[in-house]
Amino acid sequence: MAVTELSASGVEADTAKAERAHAIRRWLGNSGVVIGGSLFILILLATLVGPWLVQHDPFDQSLVKRLRPPVWSGGSWEFVFGTDHLGRDYLARLLWGGRLSLLIGFCTILVAGIFGTTIGICAGYFGGRIDFAVRFFIMVRLAMPAVLIALAIAFIAGPSLHLLVMVLGLLLWDRFAVVARATTLQLRNSEFVVAARAMGCSNLMIIRRDILPNILNQLIVIATVELANAVLIAAALSFLGLGVQPPLPDWGLMIAEGKQYILFSPYLITLPGLAMMLLVLAVNLLGDGIRDVTDPEAKGR
Amino acid sequence: MTATEMSESQPVLAVRDMHVRLPHRAGIVHAVRGVSFDLHRGETVCVVGESGCGKSMSAMAILNLLPRGARREAGAISFLGEDVLNAGERRMSELRGDRIGMIFQEPLTALNPSLTIGEQLMEVFRRHRPNRKGEARERAVDMLTQVGIPDPRERLSQYPHQLSGGLRQRVVIAMALMCEPTMIIADEPTTALDVTIQAQILRLLIDLKDRFGLALLLITHDLAVASRVADRIVVMYAGEVVEEAETAAFFAAPRHPYARGLMGCLPSAQAHGSGAPLQIIPGTVPSLIGEISGCAFRERCPEAEPACRSDVALRDLGGRSARCVHAGLEEAVA
Amino acid sequence: MHSARREGKALVRYVARQFLLSLAVLIAVSIVGFVLLRASGDLAQRVAGAEAQAADVARIRLAYGLDKPLPVQYLEWAQRAVTGDLGRSLFFPENVSTLIAQRLPITLGLGALGLGAALLIGLPLGTLSALKPNGWFDRVVLTVAVLGQAMPPFWLGLLLIILFGLNLGWLPVSGSSGWQNLVLPTAVLAIATMPTIMRLTRSGMIDQLRADYVRTARAKGLKPVSVIVKHALRNALIPVVAIAAVQLGALVGGSVVLETVFGIQGLGYLAWESINRADYPVVQAVVLVLGGFYCLLTFVSDLLHAFLDPRLREQ
Repeated sequence: MAVTELSASGVEADTAKAERAHAIRRWLGNSGVVIGGSLFILILLATLVGPWLVQHDPFDQSLVKRLRPPVWSGGSWEFVFGTDHLGRDYLARLLWGGRLSLLIGFCTILVAGIFGTTIGICAGYFGGRIDFAVRFFIMVRLAMPAVLIALAIAFIAGPSLHLLVMVLGLLLWDRFAVVARATTLQLRNSEFVVAARAMGCSNLMIIRRDILPNILNQLIVIATVELANAVLIAAALSFLGLGVQPPLPDWGLMIAEGKQYILFSPYLITLPGLAMMLLVLAVNLLGDGIRDVTDPEAKGR
Repeated sequence: MTATEMSESQPVLAVRDMHVRLPHRAGIVHAVRGVSFDLHRGETVCVVGESGCGKSMSAMAILNLLPRGARREAGAISFLGEDVLNAGERRMSELRGDRIGMIFQEPLTALNPSLTIGEQLMEVFRRHRPNRKGEARERAVDMLTQVGIPDPRERLSQYPHQLSGGLRQRVVIAMALMCEPTMIIADEPTTALDVTIQAQILRLLIDLKDRFGLALLLITHDLAVASRVADRIVVMYAGEVVEEAETAAFFAAPRHPYARGLMGCLPSAQAHGSGAPLQIIPGTVPSLIGEISGCAFRERCPEAEPACRSDVALRDLGGRSARCVHAGLEEAVA
Repeated sequence: MHSARREGKALVRYVARQFLLSLAVLIAVSIVGFVLLRASGDLAQRVAGAEAQAADVARIRLAYGLDKPLPVQYLEWAQRAVTGDLGRSLFFPENVSTLIAQRLPITLGLGALGLGAALLIGLPLGTLSALKPNGWFDRVVLTVAVLGQAMPPFWLGLLLIILFGLNLGWLPVSGSSGWQNLVLPTAVLAIATMPTIMRLTRSGMIDQLRADYVRTARAKGLKPVSVIVKHALRNALIPVVAIAAVQLGALVGGSVVLETVFGIQGLGYLAWESINRADYPVVQAVVLVLGGFYCLLTFVSDLLHAFLDPRLREQ
């Protein structure tokens, strides 16, 4: 008896191992996951660890050292990416700016994700009037010019980082809600949900145990899209002067500050933009990859 | 017509040693393995077999309409004496829809949802009779009448979703007839339809075949259908032809154990029997990935013996043939 | 005949319902915009300026009616808005409706140009890359699309200004005087929108080319161009057209940033100026107009969808 059990569990362990190996192969075989993922980790590491490796402080000003060109256009290795109009080291500011962008992005999708997912699931699960109300709410949100509203609020309330995250969070929840609603709607009548209800599980329990885990993949994909979106919109707001405020180094703000020097120091504009592009590219590729792996039917969309 | 008379006249379609290979995640699928048969003028040949036996793939291979990545090889494929195996895509597209009509299994999806019935009918005629474009409309009405669709003129401006499944299949048939083809390939034309509609469509096909003098290649998994329309039956299993015979001879005494098994699955066969439960053939079709050696049916065959492990050729049994080591020996025993 | 009349009736009912729904959305947008502008901070203080005396702020509050309860303020505003009177600008001599009538065509024109260019490039690229998925052409196009999607539009605008305006000197850097001024902003809009159009066309075409009716079309002997364009593309375009209408709404709604970069005197630029001057009647009106435009476009998109897809016509 003991022997057979042992061998049975051994076989089970083997198939589990094979399944895990298969899953790993699937994930690592996807170019989006590999390229986007490693680029994203690289950016994450650079913004987290980078500032300590750079010898300059991103806030140290020096009028003597203003507008030093980067090393590839005749600058020195002291300031690899040159300095800005106040003599601050551009590399240090870029790294710090990345940290800020990621912070804003993550906080935003946290706010937007929690809000959007909650109302989306409620709409899909309860249906009827709640569903109608949520759908109407989504339509209203989509009809609101998001950037304009965010700018107006920031101007009236006075721009700050908290406000930026809150406003973006309340403007970018719609896709979470749409996807959460649609997938919950599909799951609501599935056998395991009906069975759970027949067993007397509470709605909250069903949502937490049966629905949420099953829509998580799609939500993660949406989160990557919205992370990229949040980074881009936050940068646009900062560029217009109503997002991150100086002297904080934000990529959008850095582009705005560099605008006056566009003719002779174009690197002030190209570098932060490239950084932003890399980040958005990494997140988008990762999102596409995750979708392709977890939902092969939607491949290539 | 006897077998000798048939072989004297030139066949409409002659297929020799045709192979189809498809790429698949787990390897190359050898879906059609050396299929040969002839189809003569005015004749109906039914290709019978389970799903996945390669019968549909054979039909698509003849028209060179295989899915992307599939490879077709053959000793020869000739249509009215013309070598279509080596014909270019341009020549093939001239033949398709003009000399060769095709009827598909799913009338729901075989028609373009966003074009009117009329447009889909007329475009065939306009494509193949460019100097008679003006007649396309009358032609479409005529063909809809021929396939028994009421109010054909009104139908022209309707969309496929406005028609029932049976009517849609009639439209597909009318489409295949637009240029009065010599041959029609029908791939499971009644499978997706209700039983009552099935009988109507089948009768229509037989009727049209006689009226237009068509050569009909009918692909079906349903032996009952084959028994009603076929002049000759070709049984396929695991990508190979395992038996070929004239219908009456076939149903009188199938020579391949698989064909006998299929016949045992027919409810009508039970009726003649002693009320025994409906038979099934035990086991499953072998994987077609990689090469198969020996008889492909031996794992499921009640009469398997060691000799079945080596390859079996199609044996000529005089006007019919079967791919079995026992074939041709029954008479001796009996 | 009979069914045609029934279809017509269903269509009227559908249009009426969609119209009422759009109207409700528009009213909700106006309320939310109205409330957000007033609830985010002290509007009177912003109008008066940071250094204004308390007495001045109080006077402004009274003069503009900002002291009244919010619902009263809204109803007064809405009453006039219904008649087409969107109030007076605090800065410009014209009233708001005139201002918007002047600026809207510029923004709409630019949006239409951008969308047109995106369609002109995105549709053929998407179709061609769907013919051989994962072929080299497909990979190149997809890479370009992914890169295009990752570029912040305002940055791309600045890059184009550096390259074509400053370094090459081919095109003017900013302003809205001639067609030359529209080239760079149109390019930015097209590059920002093209990836969506292209990807949607591509995935739609890949699906449609696998469809049974395409096999039927080939079995009918139709020429490849006919099979691809007349049969597959026609069906693949249905969702693309619907999305394109919504994209135009997004382009116009997002015009603030781009018009600022290029100094184009459109609706977005007007809104941006007005926000910075606390000219709230203008901001409010722009929110309403953009919201209305979006509703109109989704409505049109639904109708287009129904028109193109015969299966949807009866529903």
